[in-house]
Amino acid sequence: MTTLTDALSAPAAATDARTRVWLRAMRRPLAVISAGYLALMILAAIAAPLVAPYDPIATDLNHVLSGPTALHPLGTDMLGRDVLSRVIYGGRITLTGVAEAVLTALFLGVSAGLLAGFIGGWADRVISWVTDIVMAIPVIVTLLVVLAVVGSNETAAMIAVGILGFPSLARVVRGATLAVRQELYITAARAFGLPNRSIMVRHVLPRVSGPIIVQTSLFAGGALLAETGLGYLGLGVQAPTPTWGGLVADASTVIDQQPWLLVPSGLVIGLTVLAFGLLGDASRDTTAEQRARGPVRHSSKRLVHRTSGSAPDTIGAPRPPDPSAQLSVRDLTIALPNGAGLTTAVDHLSLDIFPGETVGLLGESGCGKSLTGRGILGLLPPGSQARSGRVCFDGTDLAALNRTAWRRFRGSRIALISQDPMNCLDPTFTVGRQLDELVRRHTGLSGRAVRARTLELLADVKLPDPEQVAQRHPHQLSGGMAQRVLIASALAGTPELLIADEPTTALDVTVQAEILRLLRDLQRTNGMSLLLISHDWGVVAEVCDRAYVMYAGQIVESATVTELFATPRHPYTAGLLGALPRRGQPRQPLATIGGAVPEPGSWPAGCHFRPRCPLASPECVEAIPVVEPAPGHHMRCIHDLTRAQGGSDDHAEIRA
Amino acid sequence: MRALILRRLLISIPLVVVVSWLTFLLQQLAPGDTARAILGEHYTPEAYAQLRHQLGLDQPLLVQYGHWLAHAVRGDLGVSSITGLDVGAEIGTRLGVTLSLIIATTVVAAVLGIALGTLSAVRGGAVGRAVDVLSLAGFALPSFWLALVLVTLFAVVLRLLPATGYTPFAESPGDWLRGLILPVAALAVHGLAAVAKQTRNGLLDALGRDFVLSLRANGASELSILLRHALRNAAIPVVTVIGLVFVSLLNGTVLVEAVFAMPGLGGLAVQSTTQHDLPAIQAVAITFTLIVVAVNLLVDLAYGWLNPKVRVR
Repeated sequence: MTTLTDALSAPAAATDARTRVWLRAMRRPLAVISAGYLALMILAAIAAPLVAPYDPIATDLNHVLSGPTALHPLGTDMLGRDVLSRVIYGGRITLTGVAEAVLTALFLGVSAGLLAGFIGGWADRVISWVTDIVMAIPVIVTLLVVLAVVGSNETAAMIAVGILGFPSLARVVRGATLAVRQELYITAARAFGLPNRSIMVRHVLPRVSGPIIVQTSLFAGGALLAETGLGYLGLGVQAPTPTWGGLVADASTVIDQQPWLLVPSGLVIGLTVLAFGLLGDASRDTTAEQRARGPVRHSSKRLVHRTSGSAPDTIGAPRPPDPSAQLSVRDLTIALPNGAGLTTAVDHLSLDIFPGETVGLLGESGCGKSLTGRGILGLLPPGSQARSGRVCFDGTDLAALNRTAWRRFRGSRIALISQDPMNCLDPTFTVGRQLDELVRRHTGLSGRAVRARTLELLADVKLPDPEQVAQRHPHQLSGGMAQRVLIASALAGTPELLIADEPTTALDVTVQAEILRLLRDLQRTNGMSLLLISHDWGVVAEVCDRAYVMYAGQIVESATVTELFATPRHPYTAGLLGALPRRGQPRQPLATIGGAVPEPGSWPAGCHFRPRCPLASPECVEAIPVVEPAPGHHMRCIHDLTRAQGGSDDHAEIRA
Repeated sequence: MRALILRRLLISIPLVVVVSWLTFLLQQLAPGDTARAILGEHYTPEAYAQLRHQLGLDQPLLVQYGHWLAHAVRGDLGVSSITGLDVGAEIGTRLGVTLSLIIATTVVAAVLGIALGTLSAVRGGAVGRAVDVLSLAGFALPSFWLALVLVTLFAVVLRLLPATGYTPFAESPGDWLRGLILPVAALAVHGLAAVAKQTRNGLLDALGRDFVLSLRANGASELSILLRHALRNAAIPVVTVIGLVFVSLLNGTVLVEAVFAMPGLGGLAVQSTTQHDLPAIQAVAITFTLIVVAVNLLVDLAYGWLNPKVRVR
């Protein structure tokens, strides 16, 4: 019962949210200025007889077209009438017209939107059909039809503006209502049998008021432009009664004598439309912010871990790049943008790949594996930074490459296939045209030879009918086919190293094995090396010679795959292995590592794995050095599992 | 694709019917009477009744509408109740002016808007701010006012361009072009800014997608990624905006034709409104509606061309 009462008390909170849209919008200076300006305009229009210095239609033929003077701050028109007074009085007509249009649009739009969104079904279909039609009606000419029939009747014209403008409001309200309808307290209210009308008015309407404010504000600007347009054409309120549009028309007759007259009339219209627009934008931004922030505020008071505090990979002098390695990464540190600052996401990472080798980079999601792959290719996401470290390929420091050199490098020396093959192909081009482009770029071939090479590549990745596949668009491919196409496009430049980022994650299990076999075959026939990024021990074990285990931005252990399997030394590696079904004991619950990888920015001091580690001890808070307990076997831990009490017990301890 | 066009037609036909009906319904409410307007102040009741019968005004509304529709589909839009001239012919002579203006403006807004949007997506900074300022100006300043400012500057002060009038293309292409510069400039600001903003947002969105990373990583050139891949992926909403710009120009043209005294459909609409010339204003409304229908169909066809998923289905 508590949930229901809670659910039903939500509308009160919703009303709060609405007031907060206004309050927060009011914290933006532009919104304050806009609202203040509009309030001033409305007040001046209401109090026109008190504030206007002159009678707006009193002519003074001694002072015609005077320009701004002390007597007439905005000048006089061709009949010597005071422009300031005419602007103030004109606001009465113009703003009244806007109000008429806005009220009409609000009434129609909100009722239609609520009905369509809340009742749905036929009501929704009929209303969306009507709004589609009304939206396509050309506005001004329809207003002219109305005016042709009813004569110069401003109110009729502005109500017509409201009718023609209601669909956009109805759509916004419908969308917002659809979202609110699903929420618990609405469902509860319906379950209690409250009548629909009362739910809509009392519970739904307050919640959708944010979008209504935004749309109404924007519509008011449009209505004002329509009103002044009619005024300019002389079709609304008739002269000599001043309207803002009429002021522009007056000015247009004397532009060769007193062009100044265009200024006050244009300015007052422009500023008012602008104020409506800015107010709408500000309210939209605040509603968007609110949505982004979500109903519950996450406590952001996490332990903030500064980049400067992180430990380098090795204690003492950093190891130099390995000259015999094809790819040698040393102390690569990558920081991601985080609010105002940067947070380290890859921390002093070092790895080597030797020619023809297949190397795994293993770890749970969120460890920084993909980022490392992108970092090697110099393709970090916008805003992020490689803070330190070196990436050497074939003896060249990649930091020295300029844009042109990078372009020649990518695809032909190192290529990348990334996760989710469907999204990695341009949906608008056929497979053939996408591959042609890369082939042309890397080989310098032209004409028919390009397509021939493309088909060859598609055949290389064992696609059954290359000709036919080349003519398909990405959405016509299965996941496995898309991944093969993606591999083919990575092979277009015959790279020496291929980085495969989770190449099988998005695929069906049966297809996964095929893709892995294909990668292994290609790697052998082309003699390239392969860096396989994966969270899946099985994948790494099947393909790789060596593997690096990564946790929270750091490499925690590296060795040959056989060794890692037989004698894992780092508790995290052992934990990952224990989580493998085939190593689990029969009739024992499947072992998992408790907790989750901490996000960049909330890494603990010392060992990053400490909070989840069963072996953690007070010393783990210190910076952990990388040690080499056996030749070619590196790890970052002070508790070597093979040394502590004998290996098998430790595994048991981790599983506990 | 076929479904898309079918859906569009399902809206378009009722749209034309609704607009024509609307004008008919409104006629019934008209305080002014066409027969009285033609006869002037002094007339006999017999002459009045005869004229009403002649004009078909004594028939039931539905019959009048059916009568009008039967003629309209054959291109006969009736005669002006003021001048007695054939409305269809009048529209025919004026259509060229309005279409010249609207099409030229759309082309300018689309080409410059896409260029500016692309530039601001790549460069940001000053170009980005220029687009923002332009879109604020285009949003807030009425086109007729902007037109007057341009006339003051380029026609009255600098005397570079004609202040008013329209020269048909067949008569002198050079004068035709000179006459279009100022009206097009006044009308284009709004659409140009809208297209530029949409292009920028669409490009930034497309450039953040996975396939762009894939293309980059495998060596595609930045220029090709931007102009071939990203722009094409961003194109659908841009085309939508261009379609909306074209339709909104039907509003703008009524006002801007008035500023430049151009003999287009907008001028006819204003003139027939002040004169209560219902057959004429009705014909303009129908013409505009048909233009909207045609543009929307073109936009739908463009979707199919740009989005292979739509094309296949």
